[in-house]
Amino acid sequence: MSEQEYTPTSKAGKWFNDRLPLLTLGKHLTDYPTPKNLNYWWTFGGILTFCLITQIVTGIVLAMHYVAHADLAFASVEHIMRDVNYGWLIRYIHSNGASMFFLAVYIHIFRSLFYGSYKSPREVIWIIGLMIYLLMMAAAFMGYVLPWGQMSFWGATVITNLFSAIPLVGDSITTWLWGAYSVDNPTLNRFFSLHYLIPFLILGLVVLHIWALHVPGNNNPVGIDIKKPSKDTVPFHPYITIKDAFALLVFMIIFAGFVFFTPNVLGHSDNYIPANPLVTPAHIVPEWYLLPFYAILRSVPDKLGGVILMFSAIFILFVLPWLDTSKVRSAVFRPIYRQFFWILVIDVLMLGYVGAMPAEGVYLVLARVGTIYYFLHFIVVMPVVGYLEKTDPIPMSISEPVLSGGAEPSLARKVNDKV
Amino acid sequence: MSKEEKKVNRRDFLFTASYTVGAVGVGAVIWPMIDQMNPDKAQQALATTEVDISSIEPGKSITVLWRGKPVFLKRRTSEEIAEARAVNLDDLPDPQKDEDRVKTGKDEWLVMLGVCTHLGCVPLKDKGDYNGWFCPCHGSHYDVSGRIRKGPAPTNMEIPKFEFVDNNTIKIG
Repeated sequence: MSEQEYTPTSKAGKWFNDRLPLLTLGKHLTDYPTPKNLNYWWTFGGILTFCLITQIVTGIVLAMHYVAHADLAFASVEHIMRDVNYGWLIRYIHSNGASMFFLAVYIHIFRSLFYGSYKSPREVIWIIGLMIYLLMMAAAFMGYVLPWGQMSFWGATVITNLFSAIPLVGDSITTWLWGAYSVDNPTLNRFFSLHYLIPFLILGLVVLHIWALHVPGNNNPVGIDIKKPSKDTVPFHPYITIKDAFALLVFMIIFAGFVFFTPNVLGHSDNYIPANPLVTPAHIVPEWYLLPFYAILRSVPDKLGGVILMFSAIFILFVLPWLDTSKVRSAVFRPIYRQFFWILVIDVLMLGYVGAMPAEGVYLVLARVGTIYYFLHFIVVMPVVGYLEKTDPIPMSISEPVLSGGAEPSLARKVNDKV
Repeated sequence: MSKEEKKVNRRDFLFTASYTVGAVGVGAVIWPMIDQMNPDKAQQALATTEVDISSIEPGKSITVLWRGKPVFLKRRTSEEIAEARAVNLDDLPDPQKDEDRVKTGKDEWLVMLGVCTHLGCVPLKDKGDYNGWFCPCHGSHYDVSGRIRKGPAPTNMEIPKFEFVDNNTIKIG
């Protein structure tokens, strides 16, 4: 991958590397030229890797004590909490870890939106990232079902019933997903199987995500193409590793704060009631990280329409690189888009809030306004603003500041090219 | 030239034949993998439930579990029946006569799946704007015949297959 061939110094290293060039890969990863101006919003890739490994390790341990059966699942989770040595700790890390994972992934996604990291030539990185995000949602949903509490059961019922909105084959698909005529033991069993599988699929996609990243290299806060390696770059190790490590420590403090001081604040108390197919809890809400989509689902007074709109809200992100018509990547140099970006952030937060509220009165109105803006942002604002906006002059390199005197960006580039 | 052409055709045939046999083989293996997720024989065996209804007073209802789903059995009063039948069918999102939702001659017995047709929650009885059921999840209102009147649910609550074994017993399924 790197330009010059790498030769290990030791004889044994050379012998091994000739047969499987793992050391070459390691060298590539440590030397990987990284823009020197990456800010702390760029540390969430490392944080997310940590989250994934934490979930896999704690999950494997939990699976040693958990029983995936409708009659035993709830009791086995309580057994983990009360009897298993440090079971409470491991389970709280796993359940809060899911929330921290989503917190990090949302920051990661919005960082990409702000700095235009999804744009050419990084579309494939973006799409793989969205596939990871989809799998994360599937894994989180199925994991939430496993304790077999009231929210588990009814969350599973509502989400699987989304598929019954499909015309003609909807009911057959739902029954097929359940393996029964309602959410029941077969459903729990297969969810456990898939919940165990998905993290490893995510791990595979993470490898592809990083591979795809290492082809064009990192975007950066200025959003311009840079020469690699050059005075605009630093080697990944130790410069980025130490910065990532510091951010990770801060992140872990927050994580530990949840685990040790408010381990249930992000959950729902109804899930400490065993599943009962005869009684639906008064307020069914999904976990916080799914609330914006839930608000979109409920904003439509039609079953199929709501389901279509909710899935569209996610799938529209896949074509985002082609909806954005601006040639300038970073919102730092896009005065109009920058404002719409923050409106989108507020819009998504508001949708999350109304998703947790009952779907009536002012909340319903807000949900509808929020849903309309969400789609307008991607379908109208991004193409149109990219076309009309007069962007600020972009610097020619990370090292050099913008030319004083407000030179046109195109002119500035030309001057630089001759130098 | 013609000899070469012939060769190519022969190879095309082999390719097509191989792909076809391969596709059939893959399909034959995939189908069992998909179908194993459908309800198994143990689930299908739970297909019927018999319910003793002798103790239900007029105006009261009970809920029983059938195939893992709640079934509402309501013994309606004559006022409730009259109310259900007075509704103008044009006011209904999913028009259906009350008469078509009960067994003739057993009009007081409403037997239906207690499952909201929106996303599958269990509606609460004696609630909502239409004197029937109300689903707390997403706000669907059903009338005293279990028909959808307001909210996101697309259809009336489903009437399962059932029969009166005798005057005091209903067999569902």
